[in-house]
Amino acid sequence: MSANAKAKAGKKTGAKSAKESFSGTSVIKGFTQDAQFVNDMTRWVGNLKKFVLAVFKWILIIGVSYVILGPVLGIISSSFFSNSDYYSPMVYLIPQEPTLERYKLAFQYLKYATTMKNSLIYSVTLMVIQVFICSMVGYGFARFNFPFKNVLFGCVVLMIVIPTNTIMLPLYMTFAKFDIFGIIKAVTGSAVNLLSTPIPMYIMTVFGCGLRSGLYIYIFNQFFRGLPKEIEEAALVDGCGIWYTYFRIMLINALPSVVTVAIFSLVWQYNDTFYAKLFLISDNIVISKKISTIEASISNVEKIYDPSILELYLDAGVVLVMIPVIIIYVLLQKQFIEGVERSGIVG
Amino acid sequence: MKTKKKFLTLTRKRSIAGFFFILPWLIGFLWFYARSLFMSVQFSLSDLTVNTGGGYSLEFVGLENYIYAFRVHASYKQVLTASIGNMLIDVPLITFFSLFMAMLLNQKFKGRTLVRAIFFLPVILNSGAIVDAMDLARSMMSGGITSASAEMAAEASGGVGIAYYIQMFSSLGIPQVLIEYVSGAVSRISDIVNASGVQIIIFIAALQSIPSSFYEVAKMEGATAYETFWKVTFPMVMPHIVTNVVYTVVDSFTNSEVVDLAYTTAFTDMNYGLSSVFSLCSTAITCLILVLVCGFIQKRTFYYN
Repeated sequence: MSANAKAKAGKKTGAKSAKESFSGTSVIKGFTQDAQFVNDMTRWVGNLKKFVLAVFKWILIIGVSYVILGPVLGIISSSFFSNSDYYSPMVYLIPQEPTLERYKLAFQYLKYATTMKNSLIYSVTLMVIQVFICSMVGYGFARFNFPFKNVLFGCVVLMIVIPTNTIMLPLYMTFAKFDIFGIIKAVTGSAVNLLSTPIPMYIMTVFGCGLRSGLYIYIFNQFFRGLPKEIEEAALVDGCGIWYTYFRIMLINALPSVVTVAIFSLVWQYNDTFYAKLFLISDNIVISKKISTIEASISNVEKIYDPSILELYLDAGVVLVMIPVIIIYVLLQKQFIEGVERSGIVG
Repeated sequence: MKTKKKFLTLTRKRSIAGFFFILPWLIGFLWFYARSLFMSVQFSLSDLTVNTGGGYSLEFVGLENYIYAFRVHASYKQVLTASIGNMLIDVPLITFFSLFMAMLLNQKFKGRTLVRAIFFLPVILNSGAIVDAMDLARSMMSGGITSASAEMAAEASGGVGIAYYIQMFSSLGIPQVLIEYVSGAVSRISDIVNASGVQIIIFIAALQSIPSSFYEVAKMEGATAYETFWKVTFPMVMPHIVTNVVYTVVDSFTNSEVVDLAYTTAFTDMNYGLSSVFSLCSTAITCLILVLVCGFIQKRTFYYN
């Protein structure tokens, strides 16, 4: 390639020296009319354009990545700061005397092992229910015809559009005095108070109204609609029942969207504090809720009153809480992003 | 009766099966969503007192809560207009930023997977506590935007700062509104970047669904890159702009201050009726905005299929 270019360059200089024997403006005219020279020119301009665009592109990408990663790096670095590092104006990002003190206390006050275990159990079970129920409903909407189908699907969209905050009060009331058509009251004498347990979340998720269920139903619906009908017809001809077709054939084929919904629901459920706060779910079950109290409890017990030092403990706690999410994301990010692209999140 | 059931047609059978598939959701929707919306309206029209037994009693007061919210309450109107204003500023910015980034990330280059993973990180780390800690960390790092605003505050130094440029542009006769919009956009760049993870992915998927033959034709006909964007890419991703706008509006409403206000009114001040008014009114306004914006875009949308 380079040899080729050199040869071309040689040709060019040859042409140049030949032209130099003439004088004045005719030389320049000769240059601009020389096909070889014009060709080289356009190539150089093209390359330069490409190069400038690439530089511009990378500046943009790196800049935006910095905006996203900057605070994460900041949290991680300041979680290693010792007190003297924090007060020293010379220290920026890289601590001089790194310490694991913050992690030790954060670990202890979060009761990390048990809380994390509970939190993961809570999110994973809800995730399984979400995938199961939402795929079922999405399949029902995608492949069957029944009266009022469009109206009902409109209700799914309504569920996505109406923020949960609008209905938080009635939900609170419903679960504070939980009853099913007065049956529980008839049996035990009074309605049960399900608040401060995770049961309301499970009940809502089983009935397809959990955290962002509308979105998941929509995703599954779009995906199932994109699958060829022949698969099901083949299954029907081979004597497959409707439920068997759904479980053994359609759900397997929908793997990209299953992965997408699974990760979305796992991560969002794990991060959710809205429902946890609304249903007063104990913070021993939801670690994202517990992290918001860590500063106060460390301050009370350890007698640390400087709010900026307390923030360092919070940073360490946040890193501890982020770890599982990051691990899941790093492991599955390829499938995840491809899944989002391939599955029906696109309307 | 029994013989009739035996001879159900296939379509009827399938429609019953389909109904069973959506049954759990239908129950949930009626039980939690429809009933709750109805109850919200009911609460907003009455004075609610919680009884000691755990129940509550309602006293119908008509539109009193609404009148109170809009005429007496100290901060509701301000918070509502501020939230809606932010939303209206953010939506076009986020939409265009994510379209632009999606076009960038749709090209093939080294490290594309890594860059995509980074761009999608904010969606993963959107927990309340984590976001708060990140905001703190962002302001502690005191680089870029924060120092820019500090620079604006320290206008007295008189050097060539951001304030200088703003003044220069305004003396050039560029409308004040535009300058404020652009400088506002720059100062909230981290919010915009963090809010556009899902939108970028949606646009990438949309871009990949455009047949490459379209681009070949455009190239053969001698269209420039600029023309190709406006005549091929933009019309083809137009339907997804609607999806993205809906997602952005809902997302920015869910994180807005109105919601916080409704939450504290309900659970700190125990004023359930007023809280219902707050959430209902803001939801109604959001839905109105959605309908207007989507209608506006949809009129101009070109559907390929």
